[in-house]
Amino acid sequence: MGAMEKSANFRYELTQHAWVRRLLTSRWPQFALRAVTLAGFVLVLLTGFMGSPIGSRNFAVMFVWIAWWSALKLLMLPFGGRAWCSICPIPMPGEWLQQGWLVKPGGKKFGLGLRWPRQLRGTWLQSAGFAAIGLFSAWTLTTPIVTAWIFAGLIIVAVAVSVVFEQRSFCRYLCPMGGFIGLYSGLAPLELRPQPHLTTEAKILAAKEWPRGCPWINNPAALKSNANCGLCLECLRTETGSQMQLNVRSFDAELSQPSSFRLDEAFLSLGLLGSVMIYTAIFQGPWGVIKNAALNVGTLAWWGFAGIFLLTSFGLLPATLAGATWLARTFGQAAQPLRLMFTRYSRALLPLGLLSWIAFTISFAFGKMAYLWPVVSDPFGWGWNLFGTAGMEWQPYLVNATPVIEVLLLAAGLIWSGKSVLDTTEQLGTASQRRWSALPVILFALAITVIMLWLLIG
Amino acid sequence: MAASKFNVTVFKTILGIILPLLILAAPLPLPEAQPTERHFRIEASQFAYTPGVLRVNPGDQVTIELVATDVVHGLYIDSYELQTSADPGQTAVLNFTAGQPGVFRFRCIVPCGQMHPFMLGKLQVGPNLLFLRAVLMSVAGLLLWVLWKNPRISATS
Repeated sequence: MGAMEKSANFRYELTQHAWVRRLLTSRWPQFALRAVTLAGFVLVLLTGFMGSPIGSRNFAVMFVWIAWWSALKLLMLPFGGRAWCSICPIPMPGEWLQQGWLVKPGGKKFGLGLRWPRQLRGTWLQSAGFAAIGLFSAWTLTTPIVTAWIFAGLIIVAVAVSVVFEQRSFCRYLCPMGGFIGLYSGLAPLELRPQPHLTTEAKILAAKEWPRGCPWINNPAALKSNANCGLCLECLRTETGSQMQLNVRSFDAELSQPSSFRLDEAFLSLGLLGSVMIYTAIFQGPWGVIKNAALNVGTLAWWGFAGIFLLTSFGLLPATLAGATWLARTFGQAAQPLRLMFTRYSRALLPLGLLSWIAFTISFAFGKMAYLWPVVSDPFGWGWNLFGTAGMEWQPYLVNATPVIEVLLLAAGLIWSGKSVLDTTEQLGTASQRRWSALPVILFALAITVIMLWLLIG
Repeated sequence: MAASKFNVTVFKTILGIILPLLILAAPLPLPEAQPTERHFRIEASQFAYTPGVLRVNPGDQVTIELVATDVVHGLYIDSYELQTSADPGQTAVLNFTAGQPGVFRFRCIVPCGQMHPFMLGKLQVGPNLLFLRAVLMSVAGLLLWVLWKNPRISATS
């Protein structure tokens, strides 16, 4: 497998410039950004609880689900990986308690600092959280008070977890958005990594210090993936921080390397593929029956919707991919276990998943963005006009360009995943002349692409 | 040797750009249906249009009767930029010529409840060529990429 590793991927170290390293090593710029996001978060809570109950007239719904959720998927995640996690306000109060001060460790620390239970590690809980948001999505995305309760609940749980468990256990093991972001962050052209030529002695020395220095409970000296690196930059701020570097890299740099992928990550990958199809059907489709079923929580129609959502995302798609993997294994006469091949192929489908989410968001955001301007001037829906935009009329943006952009994104996702499937097949030890044995998996990816195309432009 | 490699790269790049554009934009000789008058009655209720999908031919004279069955609803057709709204129990009428082919969303423009921003329907004028071209482009793009980036496959397949 080592022979398969590709070393030709482009990398450019940003931290080689002293001013960049200084900027990142200082805690103040990051704190300033987090203060801004915290202010936004507080406004979301206030407007959600006290503002207009009409979603399209309330800052909480419009800001969270149109502005932030779209910016996350269109910009922060594809270009910055876990960049959002580095400025997320949700873990801030818990961190203040843990470190005893606002900006950096200093005062009296508060918390038990227990290790997160081994049985609960992985992304299963995050998958469940993301699925729960999906089940109630029509209600959540349209009801200010529900949005506010979700965020209030997240902050309460984050604080509670911070008091009992060590570091950012909440972010790593519980945050429903953390699972989504972490899974796709490996496709981003930004990474925090140890210096490539770090000696063993240096790694041992660093490992002694870094577990304290890494809030995400990593050993940065051994960091090879973006999945669990929250870009908090704390490792840069330790005594051995000069051994870490922030790189710009090619989009494919991480995916093109052989890497293990757990079963929980495979199910999350497929669950997110299923989720994006169902989100598209609810929010961009012409089927009122689905919209009303998703909205009317607790009714028989909603239970039917919930069943279809869960069965499709966590049953049908995994079962179909498992079947395609079995065929690929049989045709390729591969010696690897079916489970290993299934998880690796799930990893190869990540680009299609991410680009499907981006395509959905393009259609979603450009159609709804005009709702933002009035709520910027009137966040509570109380008739204010702070910036003179309260009366701006709704209109969809880029209606002619949107379908073409969606087509190009989905085609790019299919091609990227197709390439990754073939690379994976070779990495799994299938003889190169038998790499076409992966055709069933490629057809699976093609089927997902066609379904997404049909939902978006069909 | 270097020049030949350069030529192959240029050829691949040009083909890689032209082929998708060709598939996406090349005119197709499709039979043209005679324009006729089309009449639709759309019932709008929270948060659905019934029917939700309208299919017409390019050039058809289209009349849409919008009937709101519960609260006030509107109807705005993307790209055509036509709009109307109807009070509960009332009917509003929209007349237009379907001059622009393609698939267009129509949306409610009067806040009508929780799912208002997502109350959508589709107007399809002529065959949905973009969808067909998109599927074709995806398959062609996948094949081209795989063959170019994996010469061993092209050699053995």
